[in-house]
Amino acid sequence: MVFASLFAVTTILERKGLGRFQNRYGPNRVGPYGLLQPLADGLKSLTKEDIVPRSADKVVHLLAPLILVTAAFLGYAVLPIGRNMVAVNLDAGVLYFFAAGSIVEVSIFMAGWSSANKYSLLGAMRAIAQMISYEVPLILSAIVVIMAAGSLSTVTIVEQQAGYTGIFPHWYVFTPWGFAGFVLFMIAATAESNRSPFDLPEGESEIIAGYYIEYSGFKFALFFLGEYLGMFATSGLAITLFLGGWAAPFSFLTWIPSYLWFFLKLLTLIAAFIWARGTFPRLRMDQLMGLAWKFMLPMTLLNIFTAGVWHFMPTGISRWLVCTFLIVAPWMLLSRGLKQRKKLQVRTYRFAE
Amino acid sequence: MTVSFLILAALTIAGTAAAMSLRNLIHCVLTLTLGFVGLAMLYLQLGAQFVGFTQILVYVGAVAILAVFAIMMTQSVGPHVQPALSSFWVPGSVVASAVFAVLAWAICSGATSVRTPPQHDVSVNQIGDALMHKFALPLEIMGLLLTAALIGAVILAMPEKKGEQ
Amino acid sequence: MNPLTGYLLLSALLFSIGLAGALTRRNAILVLIGIELLLNAANLNFIAFWRYGPNPAALTGIMFTIFSISVAAAEAAVGLGFILAVYRHVKTTDLDQMNSMKG
Repeated sequence: MVFASLFAVTTILERKGLGRFQNRYGPNRVGPYGLLQPLADGLKSLTKEDIVPRSADKVVHLLAPLILVTAAFLGYAVLPIGRNMVAVNLDAGVLYFFAAGSIVEVSIFMAGWSSANKYSLLGAMRAIAQMISYEVPLILSAIVVIMAAGSLSTVTIVEQQAGYTGIFPHWYVFTPWGFAGFVLFMIAATAESNRSPFDLPEGESEIIAGYYIEYSGFKFALFFLGEYLGMFATSGLAITLFLGGWAAPFSFLTWIPSYLWFFLKLLTLIAAFIWARGTFPRLRMDQLMGLAWKFMLPMTLLNIFTAGVWHFMPTGISRWLVCTFLIVAPWMLLSRGLKQRKKLQVRTYRFAE
Repeated sequence: MTVSFLILAALTIAGTAAAMSLRNLIHCVLTLTLGFVGLAMLYLQLGAQFVGFTQILVYVGAVAILAVFAIMMTQSVGPHVQPALSSFWVPGSVVASAVFAVLAWAICSGATSVRTPPQHDVSVNQIGDALMHKFALPLEIMGLLLTAALIGAVILAMPEKKGEQ
Repeated sequence: MNPLTGYLLLSALLFSIGLAGALTRRNAILVLIGIELLLNAANLNFIAFWRYGPNPAALTGIMFTIFSISVAAAEAAVGLGFILAVYRHVKTTDLDQMNSMKG
């Protein structure tokens, strides 16, 4: 329920935010400053006529959005929203989350194939190839945290990050390997949810809507909902693994309730997603795959090695220096090695008056 | 024989039987996915959490998608489909029924005790411990096997180079 | 009838369904899927014996199943690559037409 209303808030935030990034107002007709836009959107999608193509496979066409939303909702069961506020404390919680995420791929294929449309099948194939490729760096960058915390249970991972030295927290993002893991996890999460700059499967200027071209009305709203819920769930997992879950950032702020910290961090990550969407151009398919297999996979493997080095070196400034060097040096070498040699001109900007 | 076991068993059998008997290949793979999910829930009911989630992650998330891609690329769906059953289907089904009869007889004639051991809660820590200590050699061999399979699959599926002009 | 017998019978039934599919279907991909079902039935057998067996603390059943799942995934990948390579030559996946080595 909470996450569904968060979805409504995010749609309006995204459209207004993107509008401001692109130097225009977002929607501002419905309600004061356009804030009631989600209500108008919801009414529209509920009352639109449900068109199913004649040669489509009716059962599969109906089941695809249902399975997508179910799989997206299933992932929330292991996220600890506050102190003692997790739905199920599974011993293999992180693995359960990734298993729920891999069901989404089957539902995307069902959506693309059952529409009996060349473009939707093509979009579905692209989406599945992208999701499978980015699942590997996603899971590998989560393994670093599992190694450090010593458990697959999300509650244990958050509890391991709950201490404070002085006023600074023990979150994993404040270590070299944790920071690299966080960045890699967020890039892979953006690709997993098919969001910009990885939204080639649903590229609006290319194959209209990709695998959900033939969906209208409520089923389209379900797809939209499923995609956003997947985005929130992966952000929630990133917060649990790297940003300390429900822990406060400074030790003198622990009197604020834990679930408020979780939602503040979630809103920050969602704002970062919207920011990335408005800023970066879309990646081409071969650039996307090259990024996953040639850049992110070696970086995540080296990250695991660095985390091992961090664990076994004595505390102090030396392990910071060694681990930072172990991450930054391959990053520079890989990005220089993979860059295509092109001369780029100086960009000029023109603003609308 | 609890109700949940019967429901999950019915789901799994329905999924796999449909997978082996439907004409449309994509429907076969989708019902097979249902069968895999039923099997994963049976593992969870037996208390093997890690195996259940790994089953979904590997089989539903990878093997089913692989089968679907292969069906797409060999164009086994379309108007010009072949007949569903092979020309040797009678001996095949006789053999399969005979195998089931022998196995069922062996199981039912060997049923002895009705004592059920208490549920042994296994944590992933113990599985990792066992993998690193007692089962370290199979783990390394599995790594080699997977690498060989990866390289082999890529080489098999690569398009052949045209000969030199 | 204790629960172990129920799981074993289910596993035997899945095994024979997979075997029937692998022996009677014409398309090569479905034969591979039948083989996957055979492996899954064996996994269910392992886990049932781990749960109701004499020594669950040894984790043998779980280890077998984990390795079996990995091997099955690798074999599915190689098998499907093989079917693709053969399809490029004979342009069909119909097993009855692949009889050039017969006689």
